Amino acid sequence: MSERQMMKGSVALAEGAVAAGCRYYFGYPITPQNDIPEYLSVRLAEVDGVFIQAESEIASINMLLGAAAAGARAMTSSSGPGISLMQEGLSYMAGSELPGLAVNITRIGPGLGGIAPSQGDYFQATRGGGHGDYHVIVLAPNSVQEMYDLTIKAFELADKYRNPALILADAILGQMKEPVLLHDAPQRVPGKEWALKGAPVGLPTKRIKSLYLKDDEMEKHNWHLFRKYSQMREEDTMVEADLDEGMEVLLVSFGSCSRMVQSAVRMARDRGLKVGYIRPISLFPFPGDALREASEKAGKVLTVEMNTGQMWDDVRLNLAPGCSARLLARPGGGIPTPGQILEEAEKMIKAGDEVAKSIC
Amino acid sequence: MKLQKVFARPASLAEISFHFCPGCHHGIVHRLLGEAIDTYGIREKTIGVPGVGCCVFLYDYLDIDVCEAPHGRAPAVATGFKRVLPRNVVFTYQGDGDLGAIGMSEVVHTANRGENITVIFVNNGVYGMTGGQMAPTTLLGQQTTTSAFGRDFHRDGYPIRMTEMLATLEGVAFAARVTLHNAAGVKKARKAVMKAFEMQLNNMGFTFVEFISACPTNWRLSPEEATARIDDEVLPYYPLGIYKERKSPDYL
Repeated sequence: MSERQMMKGSVALAEGAVAAGCRYYFGYPITPQNDIPEYLSVRLAEVDGVFIQAESEIASINMLLGAAAAGARAMTSSSGPGISLMQEGLSYMAGSELPGLAVNITRIGPGLGGIAPSQGDYFQATRGGGHGDYHVIVLAPNSVQEMYDLTIKAFELADKYRNPALILADAILGQMKEPVLLHDAPQRVPGKEWALKGAPVGLPTKRIKSLYLKDDEMEKHNWHLFRKYSQMREEDTMVEADLDEGMEVLLVSFGSCSRMVQSAVRMARDRGLKVGYIRPISLFPFPGDALREASEKAGKVLTVEMNTGQMWDDVRLNLAPGCSARLLARPGGGIPTPGQILEEAEKMIKAGDEVAKSIC
Repeated sequence: MKLQKVFARPASLAEISFHFCPGCHHGIVHRLLGEAIDTYGIREKTIGVPGVGCCVFLYDYLDIDVCEAPHGRAPAVATGFKRVLPRNVVFTYQGDGDLGAIGMSEVVHTANRGENITVIFVNNGVYGMTGGQMAPTTLLGQQTTTSAFGRDFHRDGYPIRMTEMLATLEGVAFAARVTLHNAAGVKKARKAVMKAFEMQLNNMGFTFVEFISACPTNWRLSPEEATARIDDEVLPYYPLGIYKERKSPDYL
């Protein structure tokens, strides 16, 4: 399968999971992610895998926890409200150091909200989401090819760190079709000596747990988890940057929204404007260093998001001192057009530093 | 004269004292599990999934691989295990709050799928570890720390009979309620545990054993009084017996 083929984002993601050696899927129907379970219910049967439609997202994530503890590469997928129900299980998986993949094809929230594309689950995804002191690895594709590639990458990172990983996408990425190049060789699933399979004679039994009641145990455990998150920042931050010498404004965006920004950048350059573009691919770990360096060169930063400004918090935390920052936000399912983005960028370029600062 | 050993601690039960309160029946359930694991020689392929509550320290007592589950979710976690490791023996060990309240959905649907696992359900009518609050199985009129005037069905509903409810599901292969408050009861309980594990080994489907148990600490009774209460108050509402026993694997 080395030829490029037209494929829907959700299907590419599912094929990525199969290529990564995932043979177990547990999930519950919710729009707009149903293409994933529908496709995998057939596809996993072809590779002797297991597909279970669970009774809830709570059951789904706990089936994933059990399969992960047994040493398998396994996954679930859902949309915002379902991902909310999974937060308990994700916290237990992080605390018990279990790898696994959850996919969030987001809806607009809060509450039942709507099913159009949104990036309103950025906080939930990147801040841990459930109770306790933890993070999940969060990767945000912006193309159908990346729906495939980053799904494979998410399984690799989850296993590397024994930590759950999450793909954060939306209905644009799930529904659109683009050419995809599928990898020829299936990924190798690493051995997991910590997994529970029953203790062989003469060997000690194993435990998978997140309960630590004795003095100092929990603090030690949380520092251990913290060191893993630090290592993720050092070794596995992913970012795409298209910077310009002498750029006057830096555009920051992730996921589907970044495609609009890429168009705006092309339009701006056609008009002779000096603009740069940076896209966090890993939302956790967030590429703070890359953003700091780029913002130092540009001086002005425009963040474009499909929410009321969530990644903007991380952007502002990581700006070079003295930068001015502004947000273009669409939180209701609408998508900022390249024209709107260009207009905002031009405003920032024309405004003096003081004016740009006062806008935000 | 050569002495023959006729009674010993099961090999798969660790040589340490239980943390359970005097008169609590969890220790007997642990022992019966150890006996079943020894009898079938399955220590090397058994995986236990305890719920949250007094049973969570299962890994301290049974010499097998153990995975914690979030409160009520043990049947879903066990499902994940069993689907990845179909040749292993997988059981959950849950209390009445874990299984009959917060985990009702997980146990019903796991049973309904006919997952080939065993659920060990310890029903002592209160939340033990959290300090004696009302459970879904608390009897009418029973005082607890959250039903100070006694459980009232107008406010709290009725005690739930889990074994009877699950026995109606097609996916269930075996469902029994046993007691541990006298020797005859323990003997029958041992048989029920053996049966459940045997049926799992024969791929018969979902097996369920409910143990009527005492919690003298939270019943505010002495162990002796707690034993008498099981006869006088608990068993009349929760009749013992085998409610379902399938003779062959899924027949539908």
